[in-house]
Amino acid sequence: MNEIFAPVRELKSVGRVAPQTMHFEQPLGLRSGAAIDSYNLTFETYGRLNAAKSNAVLVCHALNASHHVAGYYADDPKDIGWWDNMIGPGKPLDTERFFVIGVNNLGGCFGTTGPSSNDPKTGKPYGASFPVVTVEDWVAAQARLADRLGIQRFAAVMGGSLGAMQALQWAISFPQRIANAIVVAAAPKLSAQNIAFNEVARRAITTDPDFHGGNYYEHNAIPKRGLRLARMIGHITYLSDDAMMEKFGRTLRSGNIGYHFEVDFEVESYLRHQGDKFAEYFDANTYLLITRALDYFDPAADCSGNLAEALAKASAQFLVVSFTSDWRFAPNRSREIVKALLDNNLNVSYAEIDAPHGHDAFLLDDARYMGMVAAYYNRIATEVAA
Amino acid sequence: MMDRPDFDAIANWIHPGSRVLDLGCGNGDLLKYLTDKRAAKGYGVEINDENLLASVRSGINVIQMDLESGLSVFESRSFDYVVLSQTLQAVQHTELIVREMLRVGNEGIVTFPNFGYWRHRLDIMRGRMPVSEDLPYQWYDTPNIHLCTLKDFEAFCVRLGVRILERMVLTRGRAIQSRANLFGAMAVYRLQAS
Repeated sequence: MNEIFAPVRELKSVGRVAPQTMHFEQPLGLRSGAAIDSYNLTFETYGRLNAAKSNAVLVCHALNASHHVAGYYADDPKDIGWWDNMIGPGKPLDTERFFVIGVNNLGGCFGTTGPSSNDPKTGKPYGASFPVVTVEDWVAAQARLADRLGIQRFAAVMGGSLGAMQALQWAISFPQRIANAIVVAAAPKLSAQNIAFNEVARRAITTDPDFHGGNYYEHNAIPKRGLRLARMIGHITYLSDDAMMEKFGRTLRSGNIGYHFEVDFEVESYLRHQGDKFAEYFDANTYLLITRALDYFDPAADCSGNLAEALAKASAQFLVVSFTSDWRFAPNRSREIVKALLDNNLNVSYAEIDAPHGHDAFLLDDARYMGMVAAYYNRIATEVAA
Repeated sequence: MMDRPDFDAIANWIHPGSRVLDLGCGNGDLLKYLTDKRAAKGYGVEINDENLLASVRSGINVIQMDLESGLSVFESRSFDYVVLSQTLQAVQHTELIVREMLRVGNEGIVTFPNFGYWRHRLDIMRGRMPVSEDLPYQWYDTPNIHLCTLKDFEAFCVRLGVRILERMVLTRGRAIQSRANLFGAMAVYRLQAS
């Protein structure tokens, strides 16, 4: 591989970080017609906001991640942010030049108000009564956080997968408040197959006897079996067939076939492990909410299916990135976005990274991917004098 | 950058503020040049990863895509000019790409090395494949699979029903007026679908 793709020199972490929580009293009207009277948003920031407040970048999380985007916690140095390879000093999103914000979305389970939080009206967890939130609602809440932090306009809003959908929604909802959108491994809306996978995951949770109609908190129960299955299903869709074969092949756990229905193959062990881990820290109701937000995301729906029309008000510049082996949101889905941007004469660059890892590639180190994002942030840095 | 005399020819042809699509934009030099000189607004199309990165670094819009499968992401008549600079001779589906460029652009601009240039003819006469400033490859490592002469290209345009609006033939940056197919090293054509 050519030297221009060589990995950047030894990279540092942003180091120790700590989450903050901000309380919002003003009710937030939701897309569904419901409202949340008051809520907390938990977030982290890295780097310094410059005097002109022009160097802020919002990083949006996908299905199971959080505001903990980079760095580590003092009390748990192993708890490293989910996009730490992307964000930090000298990294593609360079915290020495940009002020980076990660925020846990409404309905989340990492500090932001969600189904597991206490409803001030009842003093009990919201549970099933927590309203269904959409990508638009998240973006509206993020905008309020930006207001509080004094950020009028983001240098960039960035995300992968569901996070990328938020970046796209920002360009539509707040065209004047976003200079660049970095949209990685995205789709302009879910396909029937995508929704189908989400539905299987949700049914796994809602049919778990410990689910109790979503009010499992008061039964001191957790629908762990459902969460495990949901996570296992999800994991299969994040990896490519080739990547799975490469990683596990048909390797047997004990070296021999056991003629039973317990774990024989490595891949079974891996999926169970992922499921078990997930069920320990993730809230089942939040999983339902977030998969629903994915299902409902369709900015073109208000314009009789015309995505170009939906993006007509957008004025941001775009970097769109897809991965060839991603079958969850395949490159064709990103090309739909690119076409709609081209139809609107918007500035857009598009990279189709030939990576073997499937949807997960957006979280992994790939010199071409990282190089592209770094080059694009260099451009932004010049624009905003970061 | 300025060892590309075709850049000037192209810049002189296009109207200021034009919308330009550059197919096979390489490291983005031409589009950058047209943006700086003619306030052009546009996009490059490129398949190669290194070129794509260089294009992003140079500040232009670039779309990673294989020209060989057509230009379906671009609407008909969505550009003033579609440029195919030093790319025609390296593509597989020549006819498809020329048709597509004239669908997407109001006009097309094509540049290519003239295989009929006397030095190339002389090389062949001497029994060797031509290697020159404009054909800087050995036979075994060349990306060029569809080389042609000016006459070949013009016959191709007739067959496709493509109108030639203007032609400029260059040798080492100088315009060649007579016996261009023999004395011209590089051709620049402005085309339109008829």
